[in-house]
Amino acid sequence: MVSFLRFLINGISLGSVYAIIALGYTMVYGIAKMLNFAHGDIIMVGAYIAFCAMAYLSLPPMLALLCAMAVCTVLGIVIEGLAYRPLRQATKLAVLITAIGVSYLLQNTALLIWSSNPKVFPTLFDLGSIRLFDGNLVITSQSIITIAANIVIMLALTLFTGRTKMGKAMRAVSEDKGAAELMGINVNRTISVTFAIGSALAAIAGVLLCSTYPTLQPTTGAMPGIKAFTAAVFGGIGSIPGAMIGGLLLGVIEILGKAYISTELGDAIVFAVLIIVLLFKPAGLLGKPMREKV
Amino acid sequence: MKLKKSTINNIISYGIVIVAFIICQSMIASGSMTRSLKGQMIPICVYIVMAVSLNLVVGISGELSLGHAGFMCVGAFSGAIVSSWLLAALNMENEILRLVLSMLAGGVLAGIAGVLIGIPVLRLRGDYLAIVTLAFGEIIRNVLNCLYFSLDGKRLCVAFNSPNVPGTVVVNGPAGTAGIQKIASFPVGFALILFTLFVVMNLINSRSGRAIMATRDNRIAAEAMGINVTKYKMMAFVTSAVLAGMAGALYGLNFSTVAASKFKFDTSILVLVFVVLGGIGNIWGSIIAAALLTVLPELLRAFSDYRMLAYAIVLILVMLATNNPFIRSLFDRLIHRRKPAAQAQRGGASE
Repeated sequence: MVSFLRFLINGISLGSVYAIIALGYTMVYGIAKMLNFAHGDIIMVGAYIAFCAMAYLSLPPMLALLCAMAVCTVLGIVIEGLAYRPLRQATKLAVLITAIGVSYLLQNTALLIWSSNPKVFPTLFDLGSIRLFDGNLVITSQSIITIAANIVIMLALTLFTGRTKMGKAMRAVSEDKGAAELMGINVNRTISVTFAIGSALAAIAGVLLCSTYPTLQPTTGAMPGIKAFTAAVFGGIGSIPGAMIGGLLLGVIEILGKAYISTELGDAIVFAVLIIVLLFKPAGLLGKPMREKV
Repeated sequence: MKLKKSTINNIISYGIVIVAFIICQSMIASGSMTRSLKGQMIPICVYIVMAVSLNLVVGISGELSLGHAGFMCVGAFSGAIVSSWLLAALNMENEILRLVLSMLAGGVLAGIAGVLIGIPVLRLRGDYLAIVTLAFGEIIRNVLNCLYFSLDGKRLCVAFNSPNVPGTVVVNGPAGTAGIQKIASFPVGFALILFTLFVVMNLINSRSGRAIMATRDNRIAAEAMGINVTKYKMMAFVTSAVLAGMAGALYGLNFSTVAASKFKFDTSILVLVFVVLGGIGNIWGSIIAAALLTVLPELLRAFSDYRMLAYAIVLILVMLATNNPFIRSLFDRLIHRRKPAAQAQRGGASE
């Protein structure tokens, strides 16, 4: 029972990281209608920047995190402006391949700068841990902070898209680009802001991920990126609460599957659950079913 | 006798492939081909078949599949197992016969996997379909990572998640196939390309092929015309899976060990890049792109660390350039300038 609780908390903690990444994925997908395969690699860049800020400039963790967020925000805007904006009218597949190209570019640039030797990421925010059941159940401050960060980000994003002018513009653009433009919304700027927010979230996720799983390599971001994409689809791509629920469920399923069924098959179980959910709800858990017009 | 236009086109295509094969063979025979390039010949055949078969799904049937390497993986493993079993149980010494039978087995098993995956996948649309094919590709790889096969005399033993299997190990979990005889040969690879072209081109030019393209262009209109959409999408998907399985078997028998991690998501993406750069729906484009891009990293070996970086930049620039309105109009103008001349020629010939 206690070990189950431990796995559950680990799962929620991992799921929170997936949820933060998936939030970025889902916002970008909702507005630009593109699968941004480079999102996972922005996580990796964020983690490396935070690592360098702490190891070489000996900045405190909070400042390092802010550094990583700033760099990733700029990176997100630059990538969008240089690689994706010229392809706004192009076919979906062309945009997808470009995103894959950007992903390779980021991975190989990181490989040249930081080499393929894994770096050991330091533990951030070590504030001790809570011990329950005579010390059988240890909840690290790491997982508490990760879960709290996820909840704060999700609330902030919901308020942002619901209440602010920029947030409303984003929803309008994701609904109908042409009509939004006619209403005087600057579509290009709105999409840039979305990429900026998504990339900043990716930086936070990268730092949180690496402080729980401390090996950092140029390929670190690839698998969490795919998992977060799965989480976004799981919850209904384009929906903010959907991304959060999808991420949490995915994390819990992965950790429980690895603990109770098979370590090797953890990923297979995650993907199998995704397939089963999509069979019964083809638009994800919270996605709106698309109506077909003839 | 008057041949159909499509038949003539097919014959020309086979002719070009045969000429390319003869050139390669004579270069190998005369020793004017470098060792590293010679080693690339079978992977080139494999990737050409992979690209053409993926093009059938992405280009002709219009569904984005991100799990094509999964079928290759099934083919590689089953091919390796069948080839070892044929040698141990039936004492089959003839390498070419063994290779062909293994490839057939790989194709059949990948086809079965294709049917099983196609049933749920083809109910979905667009990006959801893409993510589910990705998921299936990963599941196949993960499950094969847990399987252990061995040959105990003539008996084939299977174990799940435990390396305790009697006799000589053929598939060793995460370490992949072990101690496989390298029986893949370039002429058979070339024959596989011809077979793939034969299947794909005949499918495209048949009634079924036209039905597949009609469902791609407009699903609702095709359905209204009485076309069974699921049946034809399935036909394209399974054909593609069978061909990928055969290519996978050839690939698996080209190395003494192949691990399932070789068939990661990256491999699916690599093949997709061949298809997109070659031109979606264009069979010849896939062949050329697959051949060139398989050789390119070898040729760029001098740049070592920078070659993947260069590859990424080239990929992005090509996508930007081919979708740039200015460059597009330039291309259009070039083609239009040529077109009237070509039409005039054709008109002259018919008179």
